[in-house]
Amino acid sequence: MSNVPADLKYARSHEWVRELADGTVEVGISDHAQHALGDLVFVEVPATGRALEQGDACAVVESVKAASDVYAPLAGTVVAVNEALAKSPELINQDPYGAGWILRLRPADAAAKASLLNADSYAAVAEAG
Amino acid sequence: MPFIPHTDADVGEMLAAIGAPDIDALFDEIPGELRVRSLEGVPEGLNEQQVMQLMQERARQDGRPLNFIGAGAYEHHIPAAVWAIVSRGEFYSAYTPYQAEASQGTLQTIYEYQSMITALTGMGVANASLYDGATAVAEACLMAVRANRRSSAARILMPRAAHPHYRTVTRASTGGQGLSLTELPYEAVTGRTLPAAAEGQDITAVVIQQPNFFGVLEDVDALTDWAHARGALVIAVVNPTSLAVLKAPGNWGERGADIVVGDGQPLGCPLSSGGPYFGFMATRMEFVRQMPGRIVGRTVDLEGRPGFTLTLQAREQHIRRGKATSNICTNQGLLMVAGTIYLALMGAAGLARVAQACLARTAELVEALARLPGVRPAFASARFHEAVMRFDRPVGPVLEALAARGIEGGYDLSAHYPELGHALLVCATECRSATDIAAYAAALAEVLGTARSAATAGNRP
Repeated sequence: MSNVPADLKYARSHEWVRELADGTVEVGISDHAQHALGDLVFVEVPATGRALEQGDACAVVESVKAASDVYAPLAGTVVAVNEALAKSPELINQDPYGAGWILRLRPADAAAKASLLNADSYAAVAEAG
Repeated sequence: MPFIPHTDADVGEMLAAIGAPDIDALFDEIPGELRVRSLEGVPEGLNEQQVMQLMQERARQDGRPLNFIGAGAYEHHIPAAVWAIVSRGEFYSAYTPYQAEASQGTLQTIYEYQSMITALTGMGVANASLYDGATAVAEACLMAVRANRRSSAARILMPRAAHPHYRTVTRASTGGQGLSLTELPYEAVTGRTLPAAAEGQDITAVVIQQPNFFGVLEDVDALTDWAHARGALVIAVVNPTSLAVLKAPGNWGERGADIVVGDGQPLGCPLSSGGPYFGFMATRMEFVRQMPGRIVGRTVDLEGRPGFTLTLQAREQHIRRGKATSNICTNQGLLMVAGTIYLALMGAAGLARVAQACLARTAELVEALARLPGVRPAFASARFHEAVMRFDRPVGPVLEALAARGIEGGYDLSAHYPELGHALLVCATECRSATDIAAYAAALAEVLGTARSAATAGNRP
């Protein structure tokens, strides 16, 4: 059973969203997703300032067996990316909800967060595979 | 056929397992009107004897002219050992076996090839080769759009003085993917590319061909710095032989080129009426994940012994499908092996001798031709092994008359560069002797109707 923290929101495509105090959100991939991918060897992050639509491919997580897209869980503008991933992609494997965050977004529409899943709903999605 | 190991019984068993009545049923997805029922226009097969006769007949049609055409494919001496080694059973396959457990020799050869290309170009990493120079340029443009994160315009500046075929292939391969190509003009007097683009424009990459299609040496340092100052990546298109004597693209300008491509034909590949050749590509390590094609890496096995294997496959089409870095990533394995053996035999000093001989021969050729009235060099610039000569009359009939005398006099530029007037691109590699050059000058004098000059040219020491 993978770890699904109750204080986060989730997308069906296995990204998590953390609301930050300044109104931006932090985005990463779930413990379930990192486990399915296996050891990550490279993470490609978007350019800061890039405007994303909900569902846009905005990052690539590459393991030894596959390179998978990370999709924007919300529409918004990229305000920060996790530069540490360039040298240490394994942070996503080790600490997917903490040091393994991928990017921070300023959401275009604050209300859009309502479309995301809560932990229980996402746990059911992840379990269904 | 030994390549299709399935017996009729095997095929029947497989069809039964998936519940298909026959092989044709597997293609039901394709609408009937799109399917070709018979191969009309394809003649019956020939036996070996007939094929030999046909090919010998075709080869006779080519004749053995004295060749002064370059224009992207160059006649160089190929040491006999190159194709003797390439023809060994371990290498002699149109398909490159990549399985690490069965192909260590092939993989090591590719690894050595990649190492040689990085050494020649001064770059961090090279792939296992591409189809040819033209497609390598197109792939480099697509790669630049992926790699240049500062740019969103997908705009490539392409010199008019770059190989016309490379430009056409690049337009064809990239146009449908939203790239725009903007032409950079060249200076009429020097034949060098003029950096010119509206200031403030978003430029993704600038292509720089060295030497350019006219054989002229570009000011690559200035062009590279100009491109980088505008946030553009630099795509270097280079002749591998020339790199033995010219500055490696990795050292161009302040920061060096970002992607380097070219045609590997000069390295051990015969002209073969236009192909097959191979393309090469190298880049900075930071862009390795945006580079198309196969890469062989050196690693260790379970017991810690060194070995070779494909690496970075996660970006390729069998995993990424439509999002792969390229969908034409198959390399030209056999030609690449020839290039590797050629480079290994020549060594750095040998390749430099070839390049210097080309330089000297072309200088002699230009001098000999320019002595004829009505013929003069078009550009006053440093060159490598090609030069544009301007004539006082249309070049086409002159070339026909030379061909009748057993001489291929050069490449007529009038179709691609009408602005140059009656212009001919000539080339002399190390294969052209002083006697060959004198013979060309004499024949040309005769054709141009200046018998007195022919005598002078013929008497040159």
